[in-house]
Amino acid sequence: MHQINLDLSLDEISKIEGNAGLDLSIQNNQITKCHFKITEYKRFYTQAIKGKSAAAAPSLLARICGTCSNAHILAALEAIETALKITPSPQTMLLRRLIISGLIIRDHALHLYLFVLPDLFQKNSLLDFDNQDPVEHQLLHDAFAVKDAGNQLSILTGGRSVHAPYPQLGGFNQLPDPEKIPPLIQKLTAVRPAVIKLIDIFLNSPFKLIHQVPYLANKNPDYSYLTGNIVSSDGVNITPQTYRRQLKHVSLPYSQASAYTYKDTSYMVGALARINLNQSGLNSNTKTAAAKALTAFPSQNVFDNNLAQAIEILNAVDDSLDILNQTGFTPETPVKPQVNSGEGFGIVEAPRGLLYHHLTIDNLIVKDAEILVPTGQNQLNIENDIKLLVNIHLRGERSSHLGGDLKQRLTRDIEILIRAYDPCMSCASHFLKIRWK
Amino acid sequence: MVNPVKKLILGWFTFTCSEDSTMLMIEALNTRWQDWTEKIDFKYAKVLRKSSSLGPMDVAFVEGAISSDLQETKLKTIRQLAKKLVAVGSCAVTGHPSAQRNLFNPSQTQAIKPILEKFNFNSQTKKLSDIVTVDYLVPGCPMDETKFVELMNKILAQAM
Repeated sequence: MHQINLDLSLDEISKIEGNAGLDLSIQNNQITKCHFKITEYKRFYTQAIKGKSAAAAPSLLARICGTCSNAHILAALEAIETALKITPSPQTMLLRRLIISGLIIRDHALHLYLFVLPDLFQKNSLLDFDNQDPVEHQLLHDAFAVKDAGNQLSILTGGRSVHAPYPQLGGFNQLPDPEKIPPLIQKLTAVRPAVIKLIDIFLNSPFKLIHQVPYLANKNPDYSYLTGNIVSSDGVNITPQTYRRQLKHVSLPYSQASAYTYKDTSYMVGALARINLNQSGLNSNTKTAAAKALTAFPSQNVFDNNLAQAIEILNAVDDSLDILNQTGFTPETPVKPQVNSGEGFGIVEAPRGLLYHHLTIDNLIVKDAEILVPTGQNQLNIENDIKLLVNIHLRGERSSHLGGDLKQRLTRDIEILIRAYDPCMSCASHFLKIRWK
Repeated sequence: MVNPVKKLILGWFTFTCSEDSTMLMIEALNTRWQDWTEKIDFKYAKVLRKSSSLGPMDVAFVEGAISSDLQETKLKTIRQLAKKLVAVGSCAVTGHPSAQRNLFNPSQTQAIKPILEKFNFNSQTKKLSDIVTVDYLVPGCPMDETKFVELMNKILAQAM
């Protein structure tokens, strides 16, 4: 057999959120190094938040990530409200549900249309799609229309799609403008066929990599991103209070982000985990429209994370349409804290998976904080999947009609694989625990 | 045969930040993509495409503060290649909140010291104008989208 020796270094992986790289070495057909590196420089938020007002903490922690900022706001709010014994009203929970749905639509659409679709069409960028070609022109149009619908939903309910200013401890400081609800309903309804078409595209995607790993996700009857217990694909039910104890922190000396294991192995969070574990909670209209695609789940093909995201866009559209069509919002006074000190946990299903905020509050001041983000939790799994993919190439089991030598094929396929995880490096590099050996 | 229209060559770069302004730039495309893609070549924008090595550009938008010598060197290269350089978002314009470690108390500074050493951080996180000449500022956290669009239209008008 031909002996393969190769060094591959990717300094800047494109079409992902933030900065990441990869160092790969192969000696005599064996992988001797595979380091997926998150190279985003840290900003030390879990240090900086100490001593700050609990009321200001959600807005400050949102600055961890511009992409997922509203998920950080909602996780921090939940953590502080649990600590201070604040029970938000049903209307507040509905409005927060709409905010996260806006984020899911906007963020998944950004990932699928702008980052992944070019790979499927063998283009460098969505902006290179041929405006004169009817199919490509329509996809260009759909991309920005779907993204805009999610953006407008976030703006209506949160005041802004990034770092939403309306949500606060115990409620909202401003309600959606009732005059803007009917046009938004029209916009969401109008993009629904495009989303169904997107589901079909990813149902027929040729990309495949089967891995055997545990999945972790929230489970609840209505596919809520904000409530419920965590379940694992190995049948364990985990409360928010005990989630952190299930995970082991791992320091990777080459990466600026913390990694974690579950039961001493890598695991996966995100849309694929959610659809695998909580498909029954999806909106009934989504279940009907995506019936064929849903038969693909539960799936162990990591590229079905893309298909799962497309289904989640539709679910967020359908769920938001139900709420906006059935709900009138009335002014409420934010619920006051019952105590000034305590410890709280906030778990939100952010677009890329479980986001965990653990905050300790002392006399309405943040005393301590620990935050686990989805990309940190997926980091080891990404690395293990890269090894899996490289070994498939080394065994000669994967060829490409796109051609190129092994290095070119590996570069192309590894980038496509990393994109399937939709990693977010800004989140992942908020802070690093120091346990280097 | 019609000559192709000369497009504005644009670079979009991020350093130490949350990339919230990058998100708003992409959101700005939602309603302007047909117009802007006719006039702008998003040639060096890692979030939108894989690019070869950097070359001359008409305008570079730079988000984020500068944390290391490595970032400082890249920023200087961008500055040399760009006719105009725009600092976008609070971290690029003021350094903060990414520069919050500059204000840490001794205990906090001690806690992060091993990380700073391990990953070759500079002693201070800096704003762009501490290192290079900045032609325009679009402040805000995230950047003010209206001001960004106004500036983009102004730059396009100047280039036409």
